[in-house]
Amino acid sequence: MISAEQIREHVLHARPDAGLELISNLCPSCQDSLLVAAEDAVEVARLLRDDPELRLDYCSNVTGVDWPERPVRTPPGSAPAGQRMRAEVAARPGCFEVVYHLFSMSLKHGPVVLRMRTENRSDRVRLPSLTPIWHSAEFQEREVFDLYGIRFDGHPDLRRLLMWEEFEGHPMRKDYLPPAEDDVREPFAAARNRMVQ
Amino acid sequence: MRLVEPEGFGANGVGGGDGDERLLELSMGPQHPSTHGVFRMNVVLDGETVVRLQPVFGYLHRNHEKIAESQSYLASIPYTDRLDYFCSLSNNWAYVRAVETLAGIPVPERAEYIRVILAELTRLQNHTVFLGFLLGDMGGWGTALMYAFRQREEILDLFEALTGSRMMCNYMRFGGCRCELPSGWMEQARAVVAGYPAFLDEMEQLLVENEILVARTQGVGVVSAEKAVNAGLTGPILRAAGVDYDIRKVDRYGIYDRFSYRVPLGEHGDTYDRMMIRLLEMRESLKILQQAMADLPEGPILHSDVQVRNLCPPEGEAYCRVEAPKGELGFYLISDNTARPYRYRIRPPSLINLTLLEEMSLGMKIADVMVILGSIDIVLGEVDR
Amino acid sequence: MKLLKHIRFLPGSGILKGMLVTARNLIGSYYDPRRLRTVRYPEERLPLPENSRSVPFLVYDGDDAETGLRCVACHICETECPARAIHIVNACDKRGKVLKRPHRFEIDISACMGCQICSEVCPFDAIMMDNAYNHAAFERFDSLTLTRERLAKPNAYFHRIKPTEAAEIDSRLAADRSRMEERRRKKEAANATHNESAR
Repeated sequence: MISAEQIREHVLHARPDAGLELISNLCPSCQDSLLVAAEDAVEVARLLRDDPELRLDYCSNVTGVDWPERPVRTPPGSAPAGQRMRAEVAARPGCFEVVYHLFSMSLKHGPVVLRMRTENRSDRVRLPSLTPIWHSAEFQEREVFDLYGIRFDGHPDLRRLLMWEEFEGHPMRKDYLPPAEDDVREPFAAARNRMVQ
Repeated sequence: MRLVEPEGFGANGVGGGDGDERLLELSMGPQHPSTHGVFRMNVVLDGETVVRLQPVFGYLHRNHEKIAESQSYLASIPYTDRLDYFCSLSNNWAYVRAVETLAGIPVPERAEYIRVILAELTRLQNHTVFLGFLLGDMGGWGTALMYAFRQREEILDLFEALTGSRMMCNYMRFGGCRCELPSGWMEQARAVVAGYPAFLDEMEQLLVENEILVARTQGVGVVSAEKAVNAGLTGPILRAAGVDYDIRKVDRYGIYDRFSYRVPLGEHGDTYDRMMIRLLEMRESLKILQQAMADLPEGPILHSDVQVRNLCPPEGEAYCRVEAPKGELGFYLISDNTARPYRYRIRPPSLINLTLLEEMSLGMKIADVMVILGSIDIVLGEVDR
Repeated sequence: MKLLKHIRFLPGSGILKGMLVTARNLIGSYYDPRRLRTVRYPEERLPLPENSRSVPFLVYDGDDAETGLRCVACHICETECPARAIHIVNACDKRGKVLKRPHRFEIDISACMGCQICSEVCPFDAIMMDNAYNHAAFERFDSLTLTRERLAKPNAYFHRIKPTEAAEIDSRLAADRSRMEERRRKKEAANATHNESAR
């Protein structure tokens, strides 16, 4: 089993200027991930696939995650004593994240978790597509585009996958509001009222 | 149905130049009986030959992921039954395993054995029904399907006696299983397993050498091992292409390392191999079942400390996968230490196995497309989620 | 089987072999119950296994469906229901104080998926799974919304459809009651001795 840290060193050995950051995961699953800079992503992905020691030839899962802008508490003690009240709440900028779970079918190891982040949640939501590297990402990137609105440059056929073409909005975003304001507890209330009238 | 003339048509050499070069665009589905549900394919035909194929999804989309992110971890278990509704117990297992990995919940040994038994019974009945439907797609509607359904009924009876429902089982829980086996269940299950080889023999006699079936399936929908790996195919179709990748062997999850069984592999990657792989896999499943039923230990069925209701896993994320009958079924969960998952993602084998549908179908006859689609074995509840 | 070996190399032998299977099934379906597993529904019905479940119902003890209801309107099933099919309104007394029993208890069985999570999370064993499966109605809304009156069923009914589970729950409830009783008696005794010593 190769750890994410080892993979990071391995990639940086081959491409010293690649933007690759380790994101640790403290929960019992211990699946650390690698945050790759968007401009280096295709190169890094090709390296991960073709490197004889890694051979991550199989991209299992592709998905998006929405991280809206939200206040984060700085841990107590890290802020200067005088500014404590102001430093405690700092806004973390929002972004979308795309997560790729890679495995190696030939060497039978994995998962290696690769992430990319957009610059913000509104206008700079373009990321490079990894479909040219792993064909299995084709439908899944289309799904991420459909449900999160992340645009993948270099995708051969970027259309909505599950929602219909005329649909507006991206339903998996955390701030998405469904158009119907029906009471959830009485899902047929609107229909019933219509029938009564 | 309409006639189209695609761009650059004369150049790529489809059809002659004698005024007969118009192609036919045909929309198959979403109510076509051979599309296994509400699935649509836009097929462009030259005569009867497929020159382009575009799958259209989403007719059964209900955004299960969004629903799951708005409710507790427990409340998503019955929804997972409805993904691949033939294999609700495999789905249950994949999901509870993801939560167990995320929260670090141990599972008692007896529960692990019962999970293996149920997962293998699920595989048996899924592959059984697959054979019936595949024959239906080839025009042999009825005979094989009815034999398959009759046999599957015995397994569904077992599921109903244990979980209360034939297909929507909702049986596994974080840290174990929901209820103890009812009295007499094990004997009934042993009888079902003992009677299965006779059914498989009969099915093999009915299908394997049938000249029509051989002509309809051999060399149809061929996919190479390299392309299959790159397109993320998993499960029986991947192994039919000759790639030795079975998650039960690779990850050794649960207690699969305690059983001896083999992984059947194909050579040609065509529809016939995919059918045979499933027939052989059923024999291997029977081996696992016999071993698991012989070794089933006594003990608790649910870990005593686990909090099933209001579970709040620690902050973090986990991806966890199982070898479902149709391929790799994965669940990716992100927890923000509240009672609801922050991100809940299903990696559906049925959807990703369709990636190569167009490539398999190009140059084939339109009637073969149904057979190829049938051999992939999709369920729309899982494709569209 | 010997015959089969001989015909293997003939063209069409695969189909012939298959037809032997169908012939065996055709003839077998007249005498072998394993080859004919269907019954003539609705005249004949297969017995349901004890665990079989459809939609929930409310159990009441004794004869009165109003006062014997085990439900204390704690809303746990309402919050846990994955389909959000349960709707509960607490009863109130004349001064508006909220009482521990349901005034309205409704289950929308057009939304209910019969997952039995409500009966699993109920701390009072008040909601259980029925096994009646004939719920067809001519109208979509009120006929498919089961109200408290239609949901309440006596413990005897529960014993009839699920004897093992009902007996288990009854013995557990009886044990709980006797433990409570004992605790109350001990407390009374302690109070009495306390009062005596104070006197």
